[in-house]
Amino acid sequence: MLAALVSRLGQMVLVMFGISVVAFLIFFATPGADPSARIAGRNASQETLAQVRHDFGLDRPLPVQYALMMERLFISRDLTSFVNRGQRVVPTVLEAIPITLSLVLGAAVLWVLGGLIVGVVAGATRGTWLDRTLMILSLIGVSIPVFWLGEVANLVTQSRWHDTWLFSWVPPLGYIAFTEDPWGWFKALVIPWFTLATLYIGLYGRVLRASIIETMQEDFIRTARAKGIGERRVLLHHGLRTSLVAFVTMFGLDFGALVGGGALLTEVVFGLQGVGKLTYGALQTLDLPMILATVIYASFFVVMANFIVDVAFVFIDPRVRDAH
Amino acid sequence: MPTDAPLLVVENLCVSFRTEGGVVPAVSGVSFSVEQREIVGVVGESGSGKSQTLLAILGLINSPNAVVTGSVRFLGKELLGLKRRALDAIRGRQIAMIFQDPMTALTPVHTIGDQIVEQIRAHESVSRSAARKRSVELLDAVGLPSPESAVDRYPHQLSGGMRQRAVIAMALSCNPALLIADEPTTALDVTVQAQILELIGRLRDAFGSAVILVTHDLGVVAEVADRVLVMYAGRVVEEGGKGQLLREPLHPYAWGLFGSIPPMHGPRPARLTAIPGSPPKLSQMPHGCAFGPRCTFRHEACAAQPSLGGTGGHRSACFLPQDSRQDLRRTLAGRVEA
Amino acid sequence: MTEPRPQPLVRTSDLSKRYRVGRSPFPAQRRIVHAVEQVSLDIFPGETLGIVGESGCGKSTLGRCLVRLTEITSGVLEFEGRDITNASQRQLRPLRRQMQMVFQDPAASLNPRRRVGDLLADPFRVHEKLSRSEMMDRVEDLLVRVELLPEHAQRFPHEFSGGQRQRIGIARALALKPRLIVADEPVSALDVSIQAQIINLLCDLRDEFSLTYVFIAHDLSVVRQFSSRVAVMYMGSIVETGPVDAVFSAPRHHYTAALRSAVPVPDVDNRPGQRIVLKGDLPSPLDPPSGCRFHTRCVAATSVCRHERPVLSLVDKAHFVACHHPRGG
Repeated sequence: MLAALVSRLGQMVLVMFGISVVAFLIFFATPGADPSARIAGRNASQETLAQVRHDFGLDRPLPVQYALMMERLFISRDLTSFVNRGQRVVPTVLEAIPITLSLVLGAAVLWVLGGLIVGVVAGATRGTWLDRTLMILSLIGVSIPVFWLGEVANLVTQSRWHDTWLFSWVPPLGYIAFTEDPWGWFKALVIPWFTLATLYIGLYGRVLRASIIETMQEDFIRTARAKGIGERRVLLHHGLRTSLVAFVTMFGLDFGALVGGGALLTEVVFGLQGVGKLTYGALQTLDLPMILATVIYASFFVVMANFIVDVAFVFIDPRVRDAH
Repeated sequence: MPTDAPLLVVENLCVSFRTEGGVVPAVSGVSFSVEQREIVGVVGESGSGKSQTLLAILGLINSPNAVVTGSVRFLGKELLGLKRRALDAIRGRQIAMIFQDPMTALTPVHTIGDQIVEQIRAHESVSRSAARKRSVELLDAVGLPSPESAVDRYPHQLSGGMRQRAVIAMALSCNPALLIADEPTTALDVTVQAQILELIGRLRDAFGSAVILVTHDLGVVAEVADRVLVMYAGRVVEEGGKGQLLREPLHPYAWGLFGSIPPMHGPRPARLTAIPGSPPKLSQMPHGCAFGPRCTFRHEACAAQPSLGGTGGHRSACFLPQDSRQDLRRTLAGRVEA
Repeated sequence: MTEPRPQPLVRTSDLSKRYRVGRSPFPAQRRIVHAVEQVSLDIFPGETLGIVGESGCGKSTLGRCLVRLTEITSGVLEFEGRDITNASQRQLRPLRRQMQMVFQDPAASLNPRRRVGDLLADPFRVHEKLSRSEMMDRVEDLLVRVELLPEHAQRFPHEFSGGQRQRIGIARALALKPRLIVADEPVSALDVSIQAQIINLLCDLRDEFSLTYVFIAHDLSVVRQFSSRVAVMYMGSIVETGPVDAVFSAPRHHYTAALRSAVPVPDVDNRPGQRIVLKGDLPSPLDPPSGCRFHTRCVAATSVCRHERPVLSLVDKAHFVACHHPRGG
């Protein structure tokens, strides 16, 4: 078990190294992507360019540049933005993390609960009007673009009905830190949570329903029914419990991707300065140190989420436990 | 309740499925009874309706397109049409079931012990630890080595034979009056099958349960059953005591079945008395006797549906004259030798 | 053993097949399964060798080795006197006409989207240059030979019952008139009455085409009916081999005896004698017992059985057993 853990951690480090190298090469070594030209601004003279190159270490061999950048990113942590001179990259990312985490964690709670309820109810009532209604609703949820839903939510809660009793509690767009004002934090995020969770509730509900329906055809369900334990227990203790594998896999991957910056659209719509928005801004201005920092940060979460999924499997499915 | 009353009486049981091509009969008018402590073997090939008959007894046919009619009385109580809650009080407690494939019959994510405890606690108000203690005893009784550790194992950690023992232990956990076993040894190797069959025979003596044992293997029936039903195309075509039926089978289908099994001792026949053709599809059931198209002795009378008839508890559904059956059977065997 | 023996069609000596399980990067954690261990066999033209044993004993793997459908780890495999242990696929190709395999589940080896006629014509396309009409004639002959109808050539595999699909599988194996057919559990997925039809068919074909069969099955009564000689396998090795009647009526190995007595017989008057019920389970193939693999479950085991691996030795005419304490004949 310990050996498996160590080798998994080794794999994680390797994957993150690979991702950082690829990201570095894309931005620093692609032909025509001379970062010094971008830093120096348009119409800069050759001397200025040479000066910039030297200042930023861009005249050194690529491996050295990579090593230098990693050193400044991880060890001295003083890597600065190319665009906003003097802005340190690492603290900026660290500031954005709680915002993204707050958004994604809250939404995750909603979509796991929602997905479980939709999937179990629809799976148990397969073929009835309730099942059909739930499936149509979840299909709508899956199909609505998140930015549109967000804008509509903003329109309703921030302007149209903001002055009614219904939505007068909604604070203006933006993030309120949990440590400053927990209740304000909750109020500021509750609408983004629902917006982000809608898609995933639909998706998870449909996947779980299919998985439960498949499981309920298994022989061991018939054994469970023959034991005389009641259909609810058959469904939850045997059917749902065995169906969770697909659910957990999806959750790990989606959660990792969202924390890594995938919640960009929601962040933009609700004015949350999270990691997604940070990456988005950096990409627009081609702010290379910032891009590198956010990409490595994102890869860390995706790889980490994969790892956690694998560990979770060990608890969910005893067959996996023995395969190690 | 008088103890000599039959434990289970099945009367005119019919199971059919609505499909796109119309209603397909799987079981057509099956009647039989099971006495206390009796082991009844049900023999038939795939599609004979033997498994559907068993599932119907416990209300385990779960398809929304299934139609089940007839009557199943257990200790005088009608089981068909019973509400789920009332059925659950009988399932697992008075009637328990063992399924064919021990590899898939247990929930993979729970330990053996948890699954047995679940069944005990569903029917009796005992503490978790008491139920667990009983699980260990049960696993010991069915011959699982080191039951104290086996109780905490997951199904995939046990071999097929061990899993089937665990399934049997679970089925016995509430001391059922009737045990229904659907091909309990088909998925197992012969030496393991021998262990399980011995176990089932021993359990009847120890627990006093009656057993319905469904199998395609006449040898298994000969090994453990007291009485035998032979099913073909959804009907019982022959019924009798084990000795009667194995020595002097009455139905031409049974003759073919016996002739199809290569003998384990004595001279080897040059050819086996195979039954020509294949069993009818449920959707294209022939008129009259369903075995007619494959039967060497088919005659005009076979256009009608024969009903079970005979004397001394040995009955068959065939129009051939009773007194010439054994002669006809010999001609069938002789024809192959020639 | 003075009579002149013909040259064996297939000969193996010390043939072994090992699998590695697990893909751990640490060699110490990689484990080896000995699926087939040092099997030496001669298979003579015209005979039917039955291979019996329980699941996991290596009988199917041995069958696949015999027709080189799998790589052989060590030992020698000869076909018609030629060493084909390490022959390449290209070298094997002309030999493929001579040795064919029939599988338990023919449906899995028949492409569901192709008509049976096309499937059966494949061997002719690969190995013989025939005109289309000649090819169709040959296909129809084959179908008739396995007791199907010529018009069945136009149908797809799923339109057939299990027994009919096995007939198609047999027809395909038969197409190029092979000398050797290895049949791996060809009847075990079929109903009893259909099983008998297929056994009868295989018997007829053996006489008609003077085939040599290796017949792999777990069902002893089927093997007894169909084979002239039988080899009993336990944990990858042959523990007993000899003429069918001798091995089944007077088994010399304790495992064969247990296997033999475990077979339920549909006969109330002629019960076999004392049933020998084996204790416990098959040991894990990852961690096989020392010495004689069977000693953990054997009634006659002594200390020599725990330490020394018995080799096959002659106990009677053509009857070999690998046991330190063989049963009385």
